[in-house]
Amino acid sequence: MKIISIGFVILTLALLGFSTYQALVVAPTEQTMGEVQRIFYYHVPSAWVAGLCFAVNFLASVVYLWKRSLNADALAAASAEVGVVFCTIVLITGPIWARPVWGIWWTWDARLTTTLVLWLIYVSYLVLRRFATGGQSQVLAAALAIFGFVDVPIVYMSIRWFRTQHPSPVMGGGENSGLAPEMLHAFLWNLLAFTFVGICFIVARYRLQLMENRVEAAHAQLALQGGAR
Amino acid sequence: MSQSSVTRSTLLKDLRMEWRSKDAINSMLFFSLLVVVIFSFAFNPTAEESRQIAGGLIWVAFLFAAVVALNQTWARELRNQVLDAYRVSPAPPNALFLAKALGNFLFVVILETLMAPLFVVFYQLRSVGPVWQLVVVALLGTWALVVNGTFFAALSIRTRSREIMLPLILFPISIPALLAMVDSTTTILTGDGTPSFWLKMLVVYDVVFTLVCLLLFETVLNAE
Repeated sequence: MKIISIGFVILTLALLGFSTYQALVVAPTEQTMGEVQRIFYYHVPSAWVAGLCFAVNFLASVVYLWKRSLNADALAAASAEVGVVFCTIVLITGPIWARPVWGIWWTWDARLTTTLVLWLIYVSYLVLRRFATGGQSQVLAAALAIFGFVDVPIVYMSIRWFRTQHPSPVMGGGENSGLAPEMLHAFLWNLLAFTFVGICFIVARYRLQLMENRVEAAHAQLALQGGAR
Repeated sequence: MSQSSVTRSTLLKDLRMEWRSKDAINSMLFFSLLVVVIFSFAFNPTAEESRQIAGGLIWVAFLFAAVVALNQTWARELRNQVLDAYRVSPAPPNALFLAKALGNFLFVVILETLMAPLFVVFYQLRSVGPVWQLVVVALLGTWALVVNGTFFAALSIRTRSREIMLPLILFPISIPALLAMVDSTTTILTGDGTPSFWLKMLVVYDVVFTLVCLLLFETVLNAE
């Protein structure tokens, strides 16, 4: 088991190094945006990993409510935390790109706003986990996770309508114009590398959570035996 | 015990308690009155400007005021272990939930009815669009806030610092509903377009989240 995880970490690091080389050296510089376009190779894969994490969080929460398995709850906790981290990266790298290209840091466009609301929802999930007491926290968190996941499509729909009704002034650029082959390569390598990084983080956090559970159980056992000081 | 009789008796009990104490409604009224006054100082709007911003002001005031009532929903059931008694009784949990949600809905609707004239007077509001649509928005929007709020209040009483917890988990989830309420209110007040999309949105939001609440309430009530 340990060898597999060490091997996986090494593989991930190697992939990350290769994809970084691809993104920063091999991929050609974009004509109109220049070097700042390269942030795209980190921005989009982070968004993908964040989405993946939130999907895992939802599934794990459903499994927890169904089977009451503490492992599912640990996975839900781990994926929510990692998801928030990657969502934060998306929200930080986005404005860094938008400032030179669009001329503004932020616009209340559908995708930006949805990402922000998504981030808010999962931060509130983490806050609830932190503040819930005793053995109920898993159930409460799982319930909120389902609410959050159901809310996301509604948020997207409503904000898209909100913005198509009042068109925003800045919509230049965008990456929908099709990628050059080298760019696509760099992008796909980064997508793979980031997915591996996400998996590494989730697994590490998951194990930590299980360890925390064990420590807590041991403390409780000790207290029951009257040995706690 | 049937679903409807449990709902009815719990609702009547809550209404009677509120009628005698008037705790929730008084604090909500005073709170939203303060918001009205403070916003009016802050913006000092003309009649035309207030039409543009009133949607946001009204709903922010009602949202914050509703949290006051929502926080009290379950608190009184914790005293004397009423909630535990309910848990061991054969009464259907969803009946209890519906009674609480309907009770909060009534409180907030009463608040809105009492506060609406004040908004009209203080902000010189005159709706360009049809007023009955505002009533529809208010009813749908209030249910959207209250159904999730009642559910999340049941979550937050199990946490440390419960009073702070409720808005923290309720507001992010409620963003689409708030957007629909604010934007449709502004649309109606300014007579600029129709709010039909937002009304449909609110109906979808209400139906979806009422179902999710009913699906999960028993689990949350029995969490230990």
